[in-house]
Amino acid sequence: MSRRDFVKITGTGLALATLPGFIRSGFAAGNPGDNPYNFYFQRFGIDEDTVRKVMAEALHYGGDYCDLFFQNKLSNSIRLSDNIVNSASTNVSLGVGIRVLKGKQTGYSFTEDISLNSMKAAARTAATIASGSPKAAPQTFDATKLMNYYETEVSWEDVGVKDKVEMLQAINDDVFKEDPRVVKATVNFADSENYILIINSEGGLATDYQPSLRISVGCTAEDDGRRENNYFDFAARDDISFLTSERLKRLPKEAVARTINLFAAQTPPAGEMPVILAAGSSGILLHEAIGHGMEADFNRQGISVFSEMLNKKVAKEFVTIVDNGTNPHIRGSINVDDEGQPSQETLLVEDGILRSYLHDRISAAHYGVEPTGSGRRESFKHYPMPRMRNTYMKNGPHTHDEIIANVKYGIIAEQFTNGQVNIGPGDFTFYVKSGSLIEDGKITGPIKDVNIIGNGPEVLSRVTMVADDMAMAEGGWTCGKNGQGVPVSMGLPSILVSSITVGGRG
Amino acid sequence: MEKNVYLDLGYWVQKKAKQLGASETALGINHARSVEVDFRDEKVENLKESTQQSMWVEIYANGRYSSHSTNDLSKPSLEKFLTNAIDLTAYLEKDEFRKLPNPELYKGQHSVDIDINDSKQADVTAEERQERARELGEYIKGKDERIISIASGFYDSHSENYHLRSNGFEGHQESTSFTHGASVSMQGAGDKKPEAWRYYRARHLEDLVGAEETALQALARTQDQLGAKKVPTETMPLLLENSNAAGLFYRLLQPLSASAIQQKNSFLEGKQDQQIASEIFSIIDDPTIVRGLGSRYYDGDGIAANKRPVLTNGVLNNYFVDVYYGNKLGWKPTSGGSSNLIIQPGKRSGAEIEADLDKGILVTNWLGGNANSTTGDYSLGVAGWLIENGKRVQPITEMNISGNYSELLMNIIEVGNDPWKHSSFRTPTILIDKVNFSGS
Repeated sequence: MSRRDFVKITGTGLALATLPGFIRSGFAAGNPGDNPYNFYFQRFGIDEDTVRKVMAEALHYGGDYCDLFFQNKLSNSIRLSDNIVNSASTNVSLGVGIRVLKGKQTGYSFTEDISLNSMKAAARTAATIASGSPKAAPQTFDATKLMNYYETEVSWEDVGVKDKVEMLQAINDDVFKEDPRVVKATVNFADSENYILIINSEGGLATDYQPSLRISVGCTAEDDGRRENNYFDFAARDDISFLTSERLKRLPKEAVARTINLFAAQTPPAGEMPVILAAGSSGILLHEAIGHGMEADFNRQGISVFSEMLNKKVAKEFVTIVDNGTNPHIRGSINVDDEGQPSQETLLVEDGILRSYLHDRISAAHYGVEPTGSGRRESFKHYPMPRMRNTYMKNGPHTHDEIIANVKYGIIAEQFTNGQVNIGPGDFTFYVKSGSLIEDGKITGPIKDVNIIGNGPEVLSRVTMVADDMAMAEGGWTCGKNGQGVPVSMGLPSILVSSITVGGRG
Repeated sequence: MEKNVYLDLGYWVQKKAKQLGASETALGINHARSVEVDFRDEKVENLKESTQQSMWVEIYANGRYSSHSTNDLSKPSLEKFLTNAIDLTAYLEKDEFRKLPNPELYKGQHSVDIDINDSKQADVTAEERQERARELGEYIKGKDERIISIASGFYDSHSENYHLRSNGFEGHQESTSFTHGASVSMQGAGDKKPEAWRYYRARHLEDLVGAEETALQALARTQDQLGAKKVPTETMPLLLENSNAAGLFYRLLQPLSASAIQQKNSFLEGKQDQQIASEIFSIIDDPTIVRGLGSRYYDGDGIAANKRPVLTNGVLNNYFVDVYYGNKLGWKPTSGGSSNLIIQPGKRSGAEIEADLDKGILVTNWLGGNANSTTGDYSLGVAGWLIENGKRVQPITEMNISGNYSELLMNIIEVGNDPWKHSSFRTPTILIDKVNFSGS
């Protein structure tokens, strides 16, 4: 299916825009000579004078700094189950969050009513974190020049429902054709467009258009009285052109293969053993074992297991780990963070040495370093915190086959559903939905449904081999922290962890 | 907006949707005001106040269905929103099972006054909130030289929900919620910095557990983790602390749902009226508990609240059946979601059961893991204490339990008399035999 076939030939778009039409672009696509942010000012029905008045309220009690985060997000989803596309939903979210900082203290309020009076009332509430004399709002605002890591051509608003219905039906047909043991299939497709405008009391201004999509196929199969269920999904920051015919064919194929594979799978034995993390979504290991612990809010508070490890050796010299917001069209990429800082690649571990935390405005000031573009938030209803974007390990000197040949008895972890970490002690887990058993350097059969538990710094030091086959996760991951969810991604080449506790049986 | 303003808006949307072509609608308007105060090490860290409102609308049009939500509640925006919503519904496929419930199910929603709204919430001042958040940290400060950082907080909210269904349902629920608690980080061995917390939530401010008791529990729970390590892999009894037991049993809600059964993703399919758990294990779903955290007058389908057994002496009485999947299965709806779940208490206290345990692991914290609702397999990370001869001999962490719920439920050998009241899932101490622990 070509992109143009997909665009609103028939039927209405799913999105329910409640505001006037708008040119979709990040800064990079702005029209020279024109103020690109005018489009955003228009979308939110504000002007610079309004912003100054709101900021004056926010700084009424002498806050050091304030910022306004305007957001309009349009989300759509459509679902197939029991062979019919029988449900769709849409969501419109609009509002502004107002943050005032006094040292490391945060005052926050938001309003869904973008009228001057409502914004002033919210600003006055956030202002109370300080208790001094009023400060003045800036006279001018300068837009930050940004790159665009997810250029798109087609708005999700222009993609017709009828086309989505046909796409889901075709996938469903393929799922049932794939294997006669399949008894149920579901297909879920979700897209969203997030428009943000960030303005701060230092005169900084940035905008972004963040498209997103996720498509997932779930299926249940029956074999000899047993049932198994599994799924496969793709996610990206992209438009409809992401859904190439190749990807649309792979979705049902992978979903069915991953389900059928479970019939032969065993639960692995329990205890400590070598674990190979397959290339791709195994990057969840990094997200939990080191990523969260490197978020600088935990470190400036002194409560992370990594708080005193900066510039120390934490892994073998062939281990380099980054958190990167600039990977083209990857789910966790951002052109700008939710505090207005340009995105970047941040080195967490370089050649085995711990290099940098992930910073927001407060922690960068605390450590006296440049921000890393990691200040993110779920929505205008939340204040920003240091968060990951796309976390992955770079290629190492070994090969996938060498790693397998090196393991006498252990497992390969391939597909994951969730993970978690306790920042302070560094204990973390991730749940392996499927993988393989290795005996005497050979893959001998599939395994399933097992939790793996380890300690971040210990596991990093036990990464004894790193292959040259780095791959990013293809599916959609959402990271939760203090009640806020943000889209992220992760990646890993095949690696060997020499010993970690596998939650098998017996 | 006042109550009648929201109801008027709801009825306006209902009428407008019908004019635009909807056969039936269900809709809800939510309004919430909340305040959060976080302290860290004797200073305010975050102060957040917000008021928000939103509307959700389900469109039933010519046998088709879609659902929509927005926080832009001006009438011109809503009219456009509805027009688009109804337009797009026409492109979906017909689904004969999507229909509003039989209005008979709406009857009796106010049979009990559940008292979930504390009128005194409006009188709580900004100063009082700060003082309550600060005080929690004060009780911990200086109590242990290994403390690195103390965080404490006080959070309260007031919310109102209006719910209308075009075949004759009108519902209104107003509720308050108060939460307070603290978390403590300590310097452990090497670079490890164990952190633990205790938070309590209540519908009425006066029902919150005292600040000092809450704070000292947070401190003690952190001290308990110092020196924790994994112990060897072994099959032995699992003792679940009452405040932590829900973490094991809430995973049964998915396989108990009509949606999982209809989608062939439940290991509990076909088990109605069968013995699925030990005879000493009973669970009741009760939405009518006065001031209960899960109490409600009606559920998401508008079905009036009803107390209902889920398991009695280990026999499965009722699945959670919502209207849509009930229609698909040809079953009468019960309710699609749980309210307050109460595991029926036994005779002895948690301390008595623990003192009687020769060897086992007391689980006080979960760390990740998952369960497979299609097969009943589970694998969960745990932390707590190794118990020997009735004594806590070694704090443990970085261990897993793995097995299948079908066996685990049959292996429940004792239920305590101490259900944890500070949750919508009221679980007592529970002892389960023959659990696989994996460690070193």
